[in-house]
Amino acid sequence: MSHITSVFSQGHKALIAYITVGYPSIEDTLKVVPFLASSGCDIVELGIPFSDPLADGATIQKASFYALENGVTPQLCLNTAKELSQKIEIPLVFMTYFNPVFSYGLQEFCGACASSGVSGLIIPDLPPEEGSELETITQRQGLDLIYLLAPTSTKERIELIAQKSRGFIYLVSVTGVTGARDRLPTDLEVFVNRVKQIAKQPLCVGFGISTSEQARRVVRIADGVIVGSRIIQLIETDDNFMSTIGNFIKELRQALDETSREER
Amino acid sequence: MITRDNQLPDSYGYFEQFGGRFAPETLIPALDKLNKAYNEAKNTPSFWAEFNSLSHDYSGRPTPLYFAQRLTEHCGGAQIFLKREDIAHTGAHKINNALGQGLLAKKMGKRRVIAETGAGQHGVAAATICAKLGLNCIVYMGEEDMRRQSLNVFRMKLLGAEVRPVSSGSKTLKDAINEAIREWVTNVRDTYYLLGSVVGPHPYPVMVRDFQSIIGKETKEQILAKCHRLPDYIIACVGGGSNAIGIFHPFINDRSVEFIGVEAAGRGIKTGKHAASLVAGRVGVLHGAKSYVLQNYAGQIMETHSISAGLDYPGVGPEHSYYQTIGRATYVAVEDKEVLEAFQLLCQTEGIIPALESAHAIFYAAKMASTLDREQIIVVNLSGRGDKDMDIVVKALEMNP
Repeated sequence: MSHITSVFSQGHKALIAYITVGYPSIEDTLKVVPFLASSGCDIVELGIPFSDPLADGATIQKASFYALENGVTPQLCLNTAKELSQKIEIPLVFMTYFNPVFSYGLQEFCGACASSGVSGLIIPDLPPEEGSELETITQRQGLDLIYLLAPTSTKERIELIAQKSRGFIYLVSVTGVTGARDRLPTDLEVFVNRVKQIAKQPLCVGFGISTSEQARRVVRIADGVIVGSRIIQLIETDDNFMSTIGNFIKELRQALDETSREER
Repeated sequence: MITRDNQLPDSYGYFEQFGGRFAPETLIPALDKLNKAYNEAKNTPSFWAEFNSLSHDYSGRPTPLYFAQRLTEHCGGAQIFLKREDIAHTGAHKINNALGQGLLAKKMGKRRVIAETGAGQHGVAAATICAKLGLNCIVYMGEEDMRRQSLNVFRMKLLGAEVRPVSSGSKTLKDAINEAIREWVTNVRDTYYLLGSVVGPHPYPVMVRDFQSIIGKETKEQILAKCHRLPDYIIACVGGGSNAIGIFHPFINDRSVEFIGVEAAGRGIKTGKHAASLVAGRVGVLHGAKSYVLQNYAGQIMETHSISAGLDYPGVGPEHSYYQTIGRATYVAVEDKEVLEAFQLLCQTEGIIPALESAHAIFYAAKMASTLDREQIIVVNLSGRGDKDMDIVVKALEMNP
């Protein structure tokens, strides 16, 4: 059992939070992540900013550009992860695009992830057809390479990704880019069930989730929920964002715990 | 070896190590469907019959292969021929690809077409074909490009397209492609993405190449008819690289024909303000394909500069990266000031106003011709006309119109 899969043991519903490293500053990242952990998050996704984030909507695009302007690099993200992993117990996962990883060198990057206490990688522009080299390297380093599935994925693709994804499978709730949305698609349950019939891994749903009501609906059918843009928005709009984020995470935690109690 | 080059890319879209499909999962099934639809169309004679008939009656093909006698005399060396894509309907080679993909979109039952544009030539071509085929057209264009190519923005609107300004990043072609891809991810089920160059995830590089290959096929017939032999050099400008691949590819197995691709050196390679991905970049992944990319040490894509919006792009088609790696083509770069020189030279010697993009190729051809003897033949792909560039040229030359 990997550090990531252990989160889901005994039917625990996972709360996964995303933040862009270095937004608004590295000091903030070093403060926010332990706070997310103590407020009830099970996994934190650390976004390594990329200049051309084509799977991201306006919120994360803006945070990424801001962080890049402030000089955030993959190396700085690795250093930050290392510092964080010494403070907190929960798994850290990097989310980024393929080019920064490729540019760093696949071997070198995965080695650095492992020695910085990072447990896995999510790379939205790397489908399994392009991932075989990185799969081999991540396995050797004990990292989970987490693949994504989308509502447009065919049965053949669900089978392929069920075979390859490690840690969990990231289900993209909507056909679209990241970003908080008022409502989730009506056929979300149909999509999650299609995957459930084939995949054995835990299934976590992300993209567009911004309220505890939505989180409740998601974990009735899935094993975890991923929240990103909403957290970035809270950082963006509130000077006193630590307490707002804390309340938001606690609310989500409560929604998840209540749902799993109902199930039992 | 010879037949092999003709068969690339492989079924994963690779030209050896270049190409592939680095795209979000949401798009992979759509790319699969597109690939399947394209392969079916490719093997359907009636599809090509319609393409050829419209190329002839609507786009005005074949475009002439013109012997530039006064330019040749001016350079005092090799004979220079111009493949006159500037005469094609809408003023550039872009119409070939827009027509092919427009027919494919219609065949696939997609009524809504999105496209990106840099100089606006692809946007105009896409808007034109959509008007002709009765499809809805949305064009993404960087704000910086909208400013410097405002005439083309107006043309697209006249043709019934919606032009959506893109304000992220450098506000140029790269950012317009990002935004078009995001739009496609969001509305993938009913939308056709009409990508304008030999870039992007498989099957775009091969599909766009096939539609643009009409340029090279005509050139081959025309030069054989005029000179009874193949040219020694073919020269074309390279941004994403669609006009260059279009004229190069039909000659791929004619080893005596040397290919030269001319990139934008902008204010000079050393200044960092350029768009010469093959000359000064390194291998990376941008917009779904592995190829040469202008990027910083941390793998962030760099902002580019060129006087021509159509070449102002930090990536290049994977097939060009492959040609450079195996030595089949040579890539060079020409600076903005040299481009302006060639622009005026062609105006004054031949009465032809070239697009700033194409003027890159003209500069290099003129320079090279003067070093060769009179028996040798250079074909330049004059990929577009320069009407759209008047504002820029006026400013750059500090002339009063």
